[in-house]
Amino acid sequence: MLKKKQFVWKRKNLLGLRNLSREEIEHILNTAEGFEQITSRAIKKAPALQGKVVVNLFFEDSTRTRNSFAIAANRLSADVVEFTQKNSSVSKGETLLDTAKNLEAMGSDIVIIRHNAGGTPKFLSKNINSCVVNAGDGFCEHPTQALLDVYTIWKIKGSLDGLKIAIVGDIAHSRVARSDIYAMTKLGAEVILIAPPTLMPPAVEKLGVRVSYSLDEVMEELDVINMLRIQFERLGANPFPSVKEYSHSFGLTVDRMKRAKKDIIVMHPGPINRGLEIESEVADGPNSVILQQVTNGITIRMAVLFLVNQAAMTREKIKIKKESLA
Amino acid sequence: MEIVLGSDKINECIGLMADSIISQIPKNQAIAIIGIPSRGEILAERLSSELSSRLKTEIPFGQLDITLFRDDLNDPHGKSQPIVGSTEIGFDIDDKIIILADDVLYTGRSTRAAMDALVALGRPRALRLAVLIDRPGRELPIQADFTGKKIDHIPDEKTVQVNFVESDGKDQVIII
Repeated sequence: MLKKKQFVWKRKNLLGLRNLSREEIEHILNTAEGFEQITSRAIKKAPALQGKVVVNLFFEDSTRTRNSFAIAANRLSADVVEFTQKNSSVSKGETLLDTAKNLEAMGSDIVIIRHNAGGTPKFLSKNINSCVVNAGDGFCEHPTQALLDVYTIWKIKGSLDGLKIAIVGDIAHSRVARSDIYAMTKLGAEVILIAPPTLMPPAVEKLGVRVSYSLDEVMEELDVINMLRIQFERLGANPFPSVKEYSHSFGLTVDRMKRAKKDIIVMHPGPINRGLEIESEVADGPNSVILQQVTNGITIRMAVLFLVNQAAMTREKIKIKKESLA
Repeated sequence: MEIVLGSDKINECIGLMADSIISQIPKNQAIAIIGIPSRGEILAERLSSELSSRLKTEIPFGQLDITLFRDDLNDPHGKSQPIVGSTEIGFDIDDKIIILADDVLYTGRSTRAAMDALVALGRPRALRLAVLIDRPGRELPIQADFTGKKIDHIPDEKTVQVNFVESDGKDQVIII
């Protein structure tokens, strides 16, 4: 087990991983490991966020992330408010900021936000006092997904240093890929992006990664392969000639798996398009950790909620100390 | 700095605690020791080895992280930011007599948190508390069942510190 270092977490918001240090990311992983004790208990609950109000503010559809955050908050005994655009005053024209300020006026402590516009979490964090956690913003970041990805690898391999990790698919439209790249490279892995040129983001060379346009070329050297979902809802006009052709060139098939390392870790952030980016036999096969990712997502989100709340508490403590000295 | 117990005295105290545990707990009852970090887990391991050699049977021990059950987590006047540790209990606590082990019993708040953390894990037959040092300053109605040494008075500005070889390189109890 890794030794727990004395570390003070200072961020009351988790907006992305781009600006996090390796030490900060490792602190989240270490904290998450401590939370596994709760998940394996008879009573899967601890009072760490008792009396705190956590708002799930989702402006985009979600199954995994929304429920995962809700379960994580519940396990820490917080009260969770579910907000959906459809049944809210947003449909009456209320702005995002007004909605958030009103929720805060009702006593929210942590706001978890998903929005299709990049930068929304940051905007929100500048305008409300509650802690803000990004649950996915536009094509920018999805930090908790990347954290659970690296946590899953870290638990299996012990470290990410020197691992070769491929991220395959619709990288241009993927906030998961972006957060993954930040987290994985900071933790010492070599990231290889694999996609048709039409799905590669602009200025990809600035991300500190290797780029390949052929999965077959790199298949044998990979320690981890992360298959992204083809996001039909975000794709414009014909990024590839046909679904069948995409699947033929970039899908993770049983045939391709035969050429991979025996202990390759197969990941997918979900939801899966079975038979498109990944064949069912592979998704359900012995190398797949797709459901472990989901389980680890709860632990990681518990750690994130705990840490941002602790940072807010630390700020309070400093304020009180200053006032008593004044 | 005043040395309250040296290395030999600490061993003697732990030996005596083991003796009184054996004399007070019925022979047919399964027991296990669970330590509260930091240093309670070391006391737990040592008690377990003393008990195991006296009873000629393995007495299991483990450690219980109480961070998430602390009552000052959301208190702006609380101590510095806590680090979540790990709970390592490789046995079933149901129906056992569980002896909670801690290095120092002071306010009683860690013990309360440990009791909450433990009942979330299962339902022991009974809970007992063993501490190496019992010092004044209780804020909750909690007392030890097995004590290594009781200290009756400590000056306001001073505190008791237990050091173990495993964590600090040296066995000693000091007032600083």
